[in-house]
Amino acid sequence: MEELKQELKAKIVEQLNLEDVAVEDIANDDMLFGDGLGLDSIDALELIVMLDRDYGIKLTDPKQGRAIFESVDTMAAYISEHKTK
Amino acid sequence: MGSKVYINGICAISAQKTFDNTTFLEEIELYNDTVINAIDPNYKEFIPPASARRMAKGIKMGIVASKLALKDATLDNIDAIITGTGLGCVRDSEKFVSAIIDHDEQFLTPTSFIQSTHNTVAGQIALELQCKGYNFTYVHGSNSFESAVLDAKLQLEHDEARHILIGGVDELAPHTIKIHRLIGHIKAESVTANTVLNSNSKGAVFGEGGNFFVLSNEQAASSYAEVQAVKLFNTLNKSSVYTQAIEFLKENKIDHIDALILGCNGDVEYDSYYEGLRDGFSNVQQLYYKQLTGEFYTASSFAYWLGAKVLKTQSIPNVVKLNSVDKKSMDSVLIYNQYRGENHSFTLLRKC
Repeated sequence: MEELKQELKAKIVEQLNLEDVAVEDIANDDMLFGDGLGLDSIDALELIVMLDRDYGIKLTDPKQGRAIFESVDTMAAYISEHKTK
Repeated sequence: MGSKVYINGICAISAQKTFDNTTFLEEIELYNDTVINAIDPNYKEFIPPASARRMAKGIKMGIVASKLALKDATLDNIDAIITGTGLGCVRDSEKFVSAIIDHDEQFLTPTSFIQSTHNTVAGQIALELQCKGYNFTYVHGSNSFESAVLDAKLQLEHDEARHILIGGVDELAPHTIKIHRLIGHIKAESVTANTVLNSNSKGAVFGEGGNFFVLSNEQAASSYAEVQAVKLFNTLNKSSVYTQAIEFLKENKIDHIDALILGCNGDVEYDSYYEGLRDGFSNVQQLYYKQLTGEFYTASSFAYWLGAKVLKTQSIPNVVKLNSVDKKSMDSVLIYNQYRGENHSFTLLRKC
């Protein structure tokens, strides 16, 4: 699980072009949206595509995304349980 | 003809340290390469990190050059934004198209698509400046910037606007460079900048940049020059370039010019377009600039920057002198540009 969390942090930094953020700067329980990393709705779309492309998870309900993308912890937990590749 | 049109603010982001308006080509980078990149200002000083993270270089150059041009003109906002670009936001276009190919037309993400259009730069500048006025982007090869000038000039002459931000912007991107190498539009061998005109080889040294200007129909303390006239041609025979230049000057009741800025780039196939002017205006101070900036579709916007600086400072840096004529006082500057024999333009700048 810890390996997956590190992998997710690296993907978030790289794919969302977080120029001034290092992987080490993101805590497992940091809020990804709002006051935490400050991600926005375009980033949410990027994360949804990443889940589909890299882990074979299709999110159809936007409300579901709110809980899944709360933090690296919640993302890792959901991916571990639902990944198909 | 209505109001006169003045250049009241300028900023050039180029392969030289030109974004500091207090200097005029004092420090020169003499590159030995086939592709040269623009020198980056500290973008973080001008663009919030949250916005900047999705911006490719062309957008950043456009925003910073716009803000500095406005500052130079001592304005907070303008009535319209008009840009010219040859290839637009080609870095994000490449990213998006690569993603389509790599992922078999699936899993496409929005960011690079949103940022890949030609009018992204003008749109992002409008967002940064909160300018809700006319916003237009011209894409017309090496006449892209001049088309923007013409649009702004017509609006200002007819008092449809008072201050218009115009700019020429193009960025380099890896695949674009690869393709242009393949088709021979980029030189095969590196050339040192100051010898590029004698390279005797095909193709050009490619570059990138963002050159922005505030055009106004009111003269100000910051004014650099008057844009008296601009004329565009899609096609022009080599043999008629000089006669068209003379015709252009006659149309504008000008019987002599003090300086001639040429867009020659060292391409042995196409620099002959400039020969008629070089011979016909041999007693005029001739200048060139693409050895400093590289070639790109909107490189001629740098000629406007150069002409504006020359007219305001009444000085010419040695590095841009093409002949030995030494003119002490300059009142009128003619700019001529073309790329690969197409999209020719004449511009007449006057001292104000």
